[in-house]
Amino acid sequence: MSTTDNQLPLWEVFIQSKSGTPHKHAGSIHASDKNMALENARDIYTRRGEGRNIWVVLSDQIAASKTEDEAEFFDPADDKVYRHPSFYKVPDGVKNM
Amino acid sequence: MKTPEERLNHFNACIESEVKIEPKDWMPDEYRKTMIRQLSQHAHSEVIGMQPEGNWVLRAPSLRAKKILLAKIQDEGGHGLYLYSAAETLGISRDEMIEQLHSGKAKYSSIFNYPALTWADIGAIGWLVDGAAIVNQISLQRTSYGPYSRAMVRICKEESFHQRQGYEIMTTMMNGTAEQKEMAQDAMNRWWWPSLMMFGPPDNESAHTKQSMQWKIKRESNDVLRQRFIDKTVDQAHFIGLTVPDKNMKFNESTQQYEISPIDWEEFKQVISGNGPCNHKRLSHHIKVHKQGKWVREAALAFSKNQQKNKATLFTN
Repeated sequence: MSTTDNQLPLWEVFIQSKSGTPHKHAGSIHASDKNMALENARDIYTRRGEGRNIWVVLSDQIAASKTEDEAEFFDPADDKVYRHPSFYKVPDGVKNM
Repeated sequence: MKTPEERLNHFNACIESEVKIEPKDWMPDEYRKTMIRQLSQHAHSEVIGMQPEGNWVLRAPSLRAKKILLAKIQDEGGHGLYLYSAAETLGISRDEMIEQLHSGKAKYSSIFNYPALTWADIGAIGWLVDGAAIVNQISLQRTSYGPYSRAMVRICKEESFHQRQGYEIMTTMMNGTAEQKEMAQDAMNRWWWPSLMMFGPPDNESAHTKQSMQWKIKRESNDVLRQRFIDKTVDQAHFIGLTVPDKNMKFNESTQQYEISPIDWEEFKQVISGNGPCNHKRLSHHIKVHKQGKWVREAALAFSKNQQKNKATLFTN
C-alpha cells in the first residue's frame, strides 16, 4: 500500500435498531476520524431508518476468538449443566419458582 | 493447532453442512482467491454502474424522477462499499482493489460499458439490468462466505425498489405518445441482449463455474439463472406492450419456459476485453475522479492527526 494515498483507516459499525435492543454488527467503513466514521456509517448502513444509534470502533482494536478453536475455547462450559434451572428437581406442588 | 489435513477436512465439512466460512477461518488459497476476484468484480460493477445513471441526474424529467435517481445511485455506491468491505475481510486492501481496477487486472460487469442514450434507458437499466442483478443476487444470498452472504441479503432488500422504479418509467412511456413508446422500445432493443449476457458465458464454457459450485460460492449456474430472468421478464415486457427483440423466441409448453435465439457471445467477448462502446470512458472517468479526490483523503488524515496531537497536548498540560 502506498503511504501517500490510502483509503483511510477501517472501522467496524454496530447499529442499534430500536431502543432497548443491543447494538448489532452491520459491516465496516473507512474514515479518518470518529466523526467521519459515524457519518459514513449513517450514510452507508441506515439509509432506510434501520438505526437509532451507532457505535464505531477501529477494526484493529477488536480482539476475536478463533472459530477453528471453538471446541477447546468454549469447553469449560460443557460439563456444567447445573448452571441451568432445568437441572434442579423441585417438589410437586411448589409454585412460583 | 490442527494439521493441514484436519483443516481442509474441517473446511469441507463446513461447506457440506451449509456452515458459513468466516474471515478468520482457515480456507484453501484458491477459495480465498476466487472469493476476492468475485467480490471485487461485484463491488467494481456497483461503483462503475453509477456512471451511466449519473449521466441523467441533471436531465431527469421531473424533480420526483431526479430525487429517485439520486437515491438509486446512492444505493449503488453503498452496495459497492458493502462489497469492498466484505472483500477486505479476506486480506486485500481497498487500495489494491482500486489499483487492480485501474490497471485492468480486475473486471467489472460488461453491461456498464453500454451508453445510457435516452431517459428510457434509465427505465431499461432499472428494470432489466437491476432485474438481472437481483436474480443473481438472490441466489448469492446463500453463498458460502459469510460476509458476502450478509452483504447480499442487505443489497437484495434495497434492489427491489430499483427494479420497480425502472419498470414504472417504462410503463409511463408505454402509456405516452408514439415517440415515447418508440423510445421505450428502442431502449428495450438495446438492453435486452446485454442484460442476458450479464449472467456470464454458457455453463459449458464458463471457466470458474464448476469449482465455484463445489465450494458453494455460486449456488446456481449461469444458464439456470439466465433462464429464470427470461421467464420473469418476457411477461413483464408483454404486459406493457413491449416487444422482446428476438423474432425466434418461443414458449415451450412442456417446460413452461421461453426458448431464446442464440446469444451473440462474440459481442460479449469484445466488450469484456475492452472494445465495448464505453469501456475507455468508464475507466478513465474513475481514474480521474480518484486522482482528484487524493488531496481530500490526505487532508482528512492530516486533520485527524492534528486532532490527536492537540488532544495529547491537552492532557499533558
